[in-house]
Amino acid sequence: MAAPDRLWRRMLYFIEQCLNGVQLGMLLFLLAAGLTLVFGIMDLVNLAHGSLYMLGAYFAATFAVLTGSFVAAILLALAASLVAGVALEVVAIRRLYGRSHLDHVLGTFGLLLFFNELVRLVWGPAGMTLALPPQMLTAVQIIPGVYYPLYRLVIILAALAVAALLYLVVMRTRLGMLIRAGASNREMAGALGVNIKLLYTLVFGLGAALAGFAGVMQAPILTVQIGMGENIIILAFVVIIIGGIGSIRGAFVAAILVGLIDTVGRAFLPDLLRHALSTNAASTLGPALSSMSIYMLMAAILVFRPEGLFPAASR
Amino acid sequence: MIRTTFVAAAVLALAAGPAMAQQKTVKIGFISTFSGPTAVIGNDMRNSFELGLDHLGRKLGGLPVEVIYEDDTQKPEVGVQKTQKLIESDHVDFIAGYIWSNVLLASLKPLVDSKTITVVTNAGASKFAGELCSPYVFSTSWQNDQTPEAMGLYMNQKGVKTAFLIGPNYAAGKDMLAGLKLTYKGQIVGEEYTRWPDQLDFSAELSKARSSGAESIFVFYPGGAGVQFVTQYVQAGLKGQIPLYQVFTVDELSLPRLKDLAIGIPGAQEWVNDLPNETNKKFVADYIAKYKLRPSYYGAQTYDAVGLLNSAVLAVKGDLSQKEAMRKEMEKADFPSVRGHFTYGNNHIPIQNFYLQDVVKEGDDYVLKTVATIVKDDQDRFHDQCPMK
Repeated sequence: MAAPDRLWRRMLYFIEQCLNGVQLGMLLFLLAAGLTLVFGIMDLVNLAHGSLYMLGAYFAATFAVLTGSFVAAILLALAASLVAGVALEVVAIRRLYGRSHLDHVLGTFGLLLFFNELVRLVWGPAGMTLALPPQMLTAVQIIPGVYYPLYRLVIILAALAVAALLYLVVMRTRLGMLIRAGASNREMAGALGVNIKLLYTLVFGLGAALAGFAGVMQAPILTVQIGMGENIIILAFVVIIIGGIGSIRGAFVAAILVGLIDTVGRAFLPDLLRHALSTNAASTLGPALSSMSIYMLMAAILVFRPEGLFPAASR
Repeated sequence: MIRTTFVAAAVLALAAGPAMAQQKTVKIGFISTFSGPTAVIGNDMRNSFELGLDHLGRKLGGLPVEVIYEDDTQKPEVGVQKTQKLIESDHVDFIAGYIWSNVLLASLKPLVDSKTITVVTNAGASKFAGELCSPYVFSTSWQNDQTPEAMGLYMNQKGVKTAFLIGPNYAAGKDMLAGLKLTYKGQIVGEEYTRWPDQLDFSAELSKARSSGAESIFVFYPGGAGVQFVTQYVQAGLKGQIPLYQVFTVDELSLPRLKDLAIGIPGAQEWVNDLPNETNKKFVADYIAKYKLRPSYYGAQTYDAVGLLNSAVLAVKGDLSQKEAMRKEMEKADFPSVRGHFTYGNNHIPIQNFYLQDVVKEGDDYVLKTVATIVKDDQDRFHDQCPMK
């Protein structure tokens, strides 16, 4: 009796770790969706995307202090991120269209530094926290034997809802039609009378709102601090390369894939390695290998399917 | 004509040399982290160093002081560069600071080679206390293993039978977990090291701890990572289920952000803000008055560095060339310390008490209080490996 029981417990533990992976994946999807839209439709490499994520988190923490309400803080921060994105596009990003990718990288890297300093001036260097309402500080039993933090479950569900909404907007609305037209052939869409300038502003604003939303959702888990978007944005770039640039469906699948590989690797690799190596070597090698595996996947994709898993319609 | 002017100037400069030495200032290089998410620690150290100088009328042994603060950005390679710069181009008389064990280990060689008298005010790598000890390098903090060793003793007292250990994968993280394992008598059911300093999400490790069935979790996460760890631990609903024992994770820098989440999480520390000695009372009261913040142990240790350096300069009456006499004086630890009097071991690591501390809510403030003395006059276990006698 003991053996099946142990196996069952291992199984439940595996499910819990997979949920952790999916949760990271959902966060990456929110970031990557905006990044891939901007890259795929506007052909703009935006390194400052992580700054919008950081701004979203700072907005949420600030509004939480001002209003005293968690939900109000999230909604206001979302609106503020959208406004910030639109303003950024009108003031700065617009000057970068039609220039080389190197100019994009230089320009948006400059913006990244600018935003870090701006945040330091406005909010100070110490960082902030966004406290969850006390009733959120608990784990729920999702299947017998598996407890999962309620707030992380909320993140997964909220991101799924956003993914569904995004799908509906892109596939079922007029705006979505224009976005898809812009993605497959910009010149033709322009020639047919689509207001490309307005479309770009909208798409950039949408991307900013998605990044801001990711920051808002992550704010209670991580402390809100300067440069918080810089590590995660690298993962988001990996996601859009694996998923296929410009493809939201690709970003969704790749984000979950990357989240699972990173978390499950972190959880199980050190234990597996411990069978072969000393504890010390295994715990050093485990996290290193699991973070490397994401990049190995990316390299393999670039070799065998350079367009990514779900290439956008035409290129 | 021009040549004679130069010669005259050179002669004048030479003549002026000894006279200027009498008017010398004490130049101190201070290395800490002043940018990025852990800048709060560096700021607390700088604040305390400045306050210490204020209390001495901004003079050490009667000589005016010039401090050069350098930012190591929490990176060993930057720390060693800044150390070399302070020694070779600024020609500082003393160096103080160092938060991070890995930054200190990288910077140790230029410090020792140049025989620069150094006061390390936080980092406590095991090698630095053992084989790499130096006659010119002193610590006003501890060796890393000591604080978790005290925690292990407390967990024994509490009768904790099993523990799951989590810490960052760098020099100090390994020392901390090793220290706990040395004294803790219960069973260790799991041990996790996480990527440092960029891993800030501990979901996988917390799931592992929960499924291990451990009775307790022991953790070490300094700076912002500590806020993140404790927050995620509470969010996972573990607070009521698996008690958390920590070192250097809940402190005056993280408390204003953790607030209620930190209540009921015990810690071990060599200094607590309510230690009842006059030096400490003055330090804490003046710090709060000047900066409107509460000082942390990082600051307390750094404040002690000022007193220690002052005793050295006083002993040689301001003649900073007498390094041997200065370091002999420093070995006596003859200065008013915020933790009461302590003595130095052969490896220049303090022999001192470790206390149990608890989080208490006072009005709207969250403060740490001493609960008990866990261990008296504790000496680190690496001093045998230090060749100095």
